[in-house]
Amino acid sequence: MKSLEELRKIREEAIKNVEMRNPDKDIRVVVGMATCGISAGARPVLSTFVDEVAKRNLKNVQVVQTGCIGMCTYEPIVEIYAPDKEKVTYIHVDSEKAKRIVAEHLVNGSVVREYTIGSEI
Amino acid sequence: MAIFRSHVLICGGTGCTSNKSQLVKARFEEKIKEVKLDKEVQVVGTGCFGLCEEGPIVIVYPEGSFYSRMTVEKVDEIVDEHLLKGRIVEKYLFKEKAKVEHAEEHKSLMEVQFYSKQKRVALRNCGLINPEDINEYIARDGYMALGKALTEMTPEGVIQLMKEANLRGRGGAGFPAGVKWSFAAPNKADQKYIICNADEGDPGAFMDRSVLEGDPHAVLEAMAIAGYAIGATKGFIYVRAEYPIAVRRLHIAIDQARELGLLGKNIFNSGFDFDIETRLGAGAFVCGEETALMQSIQGNRGMAKVKPPFPANKGLWGKPTVINNVETLANIPQIIINGPEWFKSFGTVKSPGTKVFALGGKITNTGLVEVPMGITLREVIYDIGGGCPGGKAFKAVQTGGPSGGCLTAEHLDTPVDYENLAAVGSIMGSGGMIVMDEDNCMVDIARFFLDFIVDESCGKCTPCRVGTKRMYTILERITQGKGTLEDLDELESLAISIKNSSLCGLGQTAPNPVLATLKYFRDEYIAHVVDKKCPAKHCKALLTYEIDKDKCTGCTLCARKCPVSCISGTVKNPHEIDQEKCIKCGNCYSVCRFGAVQKN
Repeated sequence: MKSLEELRKIREEAIKNVEMRNPDKDIRVVVGMATCGISAGARPVLSTFVDEVAKRNLKNVQVVQTGCIGMCTYEPIVEIYAPDKEKVTYIHVDSEKAKRIVAEHLVNGSVVREYTIGSEI
Repeated sequence: MAIFRSHVLICGGTGCTSNKSQLVKARFEEKIKEVKLDKEVQVVGTGCFGLCEEGPIVIVYPEGSFYSRMTVEKVDEIVDEHLLKGRIVEKYLFKEKAKVEHAEEHKSLMEVQFYSKQKRVALRNCGLINPEDINEYIARDGYMALGKALTEMTPEGVIQLMKEANLRGRGGAGFPAGVKWSFAAPNKADQKYIICNADEGDPGAFMDRSVLEGDPHAVLEAMAIAGYAIGATKGFIYVRAEYPIAVRRLHIAIDQARELGLLGKNIFNSGFDFDIETRLGAGAFVCGEETALMQSIQGNRGMAKVKPPFPANKGLWGKPTVINNVETLANIPQIIINGPEWFKSFGTVKSPGTKVFALGGKITNTGLVEVPMGITLREVIYDIGGGCPGGKAFKAVQTGGPSGGCLTAEHLDTPVDYENLAAVGSIMGSGGMIVMDEDNCMVDIARFFLDFIVDESCGKCTPCRVGTKRMYTILERITQGKGTLEDLDELESLAISIKNSSLCGLGQTAPNPVLATLKYFRDEYIAHVVDKKCPAKHCKALLTYEIDKDKCTGCTLCARKCPVSCISGTVKNPHEIDQEKCIKCGNCYSVCRFGAVQKN
């Protein structure tokens, strides 16, 4: 080890892996992963969210899975909870949509209206 | 580097390992592969979570779900339900035993009362990182303190900062670490040493073991910082051979730190060299005493020496040496990073910071806790520890192990710090906290600790070698009902002579358990010597077992279970115990379903 810089570099890489174990996060991305969700393709959606959040170093975001939300026809469903904001429900999410949701909703704070359940009903 | 969406943390501390946590881990890995989640879910072995009573413990992130008492059988269901389908398996989650308002079953780690009252500094990484992976330590700001010290601070600056923080020795004596360093720093020598005292010997204490098992790099980093501060280039960790997991993880950690150049030559390009070796102790209690410890490292028999000279002037091989305890060291990197003011924001004015305690004995949540100094014993024992199990009444708590004393219910509101515990006749000690309930005989407790001391005295000085043996014989006599009132005076006078004339800390503190019990539980001693009764119904020689004729149904169970066949009687008629033949094993008492066997 020759410099503090070198140590910081190792730290930046390593932190991505350990960050998940920090429970103090405000924003929760909840992916429906019951049988209905999985068969509709929720698994790659979940991994996309996990990868994108780590890649962009979004320390405030927690990606979790949940069971059946009850609207199996709209799966894969992704819900985003943030403090003092209304819950946003995205439906028929795939990996590409997930990337856009991360970029627009989680990073820039603007809801991707066209993917939400409101646009369908 | 692969990013995982979920982490399964499995405790690999000694407590959980002895409850087969390694098998649980193996099954998790196997099952996760079976369902093809091995690219998504990471299984991590960690150090101690602290709640050893409920082990093996498994925590699943990102939810932070806290599964307790895990078995191999439960693994498949958790993988199928929780990891595959996102449904937390509620029935296996930890359930709060301490009385808590709004106790819901679904607990994430920090909602559990056992943790919510704690403040983790020395244990901050224990249970959170994989101790066998240096990257996880680095991710938690590991080695940043060493980097900061070497690149931005002078050795004098490090010592000054440590003095300001007033971190007191966590091994028990409470001597400020910064002051100790400042004694060694100005001494000129061709070689100086840093020693980590990991010879944790108090019965029932496992704070240091858990730190070494859960966060070994914190100790290595702190030793290097100490080395820089006093100008030492060599460190030794003196650790008990009975701690195989700790030793193994230390060796892994040392190798990894050397590989990254965090130990070795010219660390951080600062010109500072430092390397660490381990030395295994064979388990002698006296080797926790610093002069005996150094003798042992040098290959001699572990025996204490006269002080002065103090180790800071003439220590290991006659060179200036600083000896710090494991927990003391584990605090240091955090103090360097966050500064003395941060450290002093916890605890009391005279005892800043936190202290780790090993809760044991008659307590619901046996385990490891770290609390701010100044917290009351009541909070530790009841709010965190959950009180005595089985609704039994609290009687006393022994702090400081065989060198400490017991405190009673009236002391429960004493704030825990060095001065307050000393003022009520006990000591802080290294952190063992043994809780006793109404079934514990205090005379027998004193006898137990003296027995330990007699075994562990190194034998160099007469007061300790002979005096403790004499005290032990008197206590044994009392527990056998052969004591006299004069024995109590004799005990006190011996205790005072031994305290005043022993060579090292072992002898000087050895009589403490006796003095404390004599002070707070004199009536129990008097009951033993005058009435020939043991109020806690513990001392065998003073007990009789009798069968209540009115309650006995003549089921014959006790007669069948009696190992010496001293119970006579026929079916459906009351039985009787032959007192001459009875060996007081208590079998009849524990098997009787009608409460007919009386213990008096």
